[in-house]
Amino acid sequence: MTAVSVTAPSNRRRVPATTVVLHTLLIVGGLAMVFPFIWMILTSLKTLPQLLAEPLSLLPDPLTGENYPEALSAMPFGRAYLNSVYIAGLIIAGTLVTASMAGYAFARIPFRGSKALFIGFLATQMIPKQVTLVPFYLLMSRLGWVDSHLALIVPAMLANPFAVFLMRQFVLSLPKELDEAATCDGAGPVRTFFAVVLPNLRPGLSALAIIVALDTWNNFLFPLVLLNSTELFTVPLLLAGFEGQHGGVNYGLVMAASAVSTVPVLILFVIAQKRILNSMATSGLGGR
Amino acid sequence: MTASTPAPTARPAAPRELRGEPTWRRRRRRWGLAFVGPQVLGMTIFVALPFAGSMVLAFADWNGLTELSWVGFDNFRDQLTSPKFGRSILNTLLIALITVPIGLGLAVTIAVALEKLKVRTLYLLLFFAPVVTSQVAVATIWQQLFRADGIVSGWIARVLPIDPPNWLGDPRLALIAVCIVTVWASLGLNVVIFLAGLQNVPPTVVEAARIDGAGPVALFWRIRLPLLSPIMFFSSVIAFISSLQTFDLVFILTDGGPQDATRTIVLHIYDVGFGRFQFGLASAASIILLGITLVITAAQFGVQKYFVHYEED
Repeated sequence: MTAVSVTAPSNRRRVPATTVVLHTLLIVGGLAMVFPFIWMILTSLKTLPQLLAEPLSLLPDPLTGENYPEALSAMPFGRAYLNSVYIAGLIIAGTLVTASMAGYAFARIPFRGSKALFIGFLATQMIPKQVTLVPFYLLMSRLGWVDSHLALIVPAMLANPFAVFLMRQFVLSLPKELDEAATCDGAGPVRTFFAVVLPNLRPGLSALAIIVALDTWNNFLFPLVLLNSTELFTVPLLLAGFEGQHGGVNYGLVMAASAVSTVPVLILFVIAQKRILNSMATSGLGGR
Repeated sequence: MTASTPAPTARPAAPRELRGEPTWRRRRRRWGLAFVGPQVLGMTIFVALPFAGSMVLAFADWNGLTELSWVGFDNFRDQLTSPKFGRSILNTLLIALITVPIGLGLAVTIAVALEKLKVRTLYLLLFFAPVVTSQVAVATIWQQLFRADGIVSGWIARVLPIDPPNWLGDPRLALIAVCIVTVWASLGLNVVIFLAGLQNVPPTVVEAARIDGAGPVALFWRIRLPLLSPIMFFSSVIAFISSLQTFDLVFILTDGGPQDATRTIVLHIYDVGFGRFQFGLASAASIILLGITLVITAAQFGVQKYFVHYEED
């Protein structure tokens, strides 16, 4: 497991001057990173005349909260959140099961063609998903899944080579004695997997859950192509539609909609930051 | 793998032994297949089949309704000579070539700086916030930030003796705007990955170098960077592949405009396939995207031995 330790006690000699310079630079950089979000919030609290004022001020005066109810009533954001949450939930649950089973088999159970299959899995990761976009859409329409959440959920659950690769890495990092002992005690592969391997995979599973959640939540192109009905839209899809309708003049309204779409996720991120950052580091290091 | 483990059952295994392998191991094999089954099935139906479909459709003329006709390499000829597609390829390569080096360079710098500090949680939060935000929201915010009558242009006009720049309306500036947003949105991910990599550098190595008289600059160039280089290589491959797939940002920010200045390959595929329902042409374009991706990735693997340092085991 890689871990980004949040505080690093280092036995280096402190040079206060460099520390001050570093902090100054990082504060400037950090402000540049967070400025668009701050601007979004401030702008969402402005009235229309303030948006058109010359010269523009950063701070809203007077503050108004009127953009929020208006944005929320213009489009069903609550419904979109519900959609996003349950789609992501199902995909995460399904992926954890299928990917950890496959990862365990690739790591521990020798079977005919296992190597070739695994190389095939790795190779498909090289294929940009968009290459399959048109035929995927045609396949979904053949199955009758266009404009249905099934088109987002089932394929995502059952076809995730990266998840399989990651889980295989995690299984390989477990001591071999663990499952061998279970096998010697007469447990079959199924019992070994569920009773012995799975409980020990918890860190890997939580990392994978986070990676899949972020991926699913922010997915845009495939839902855009596959969903037509507004009541089925996920949050990014609804925001894109909202932006298309209101992006011209009253952008205070658009910023209110953006805030509704981003702030809950950001709050969640701050709460679970340590776990999320560790998962991302793990995946970025290739699951090492 | 498990050659030395005795059969778990108490049955006398002698007669079975003559038939090659013990039953339990044969049974395990079957379980192996069953365990990978769901993913293999899913990959076959939802990835391999559509991929084969792309390969087939690329040689056909079809809009989903009329009779499908085979046209040989016409789709490829059409796309490769199409000014719109040529422009998309150029734009996409420009985005990749501009954002990947700048993004990785900044990320390494920030990661090294963070590694030297005790207090870093807040910085990580600030840098990573755009990563957890959907690209649609990111693009929506920046689209309004970049307004010609907006705050950024206003500030620039106040500082420099020029008219407020019309970022997204000016063909020369629009691609730069896309690159700025791309770097901003992906920076935090690489910072976190590189920071983790730097923390994996064994302190004994750093200590030894220090005893040998290495200063902070030499430590960075001779120790930290070489040890980080495999991770940087991995990240640069991923970053390149994903910037070749730029879609969400440009779809919202500019919809490929003005005058196709920010049209990317995937936006082109979407436009041809789902705007004009020319499935054959869209498939041909997507096969070309795959080709470009493979060539660039192969090139990266080709030059890595000159830049990437691997520890001998």
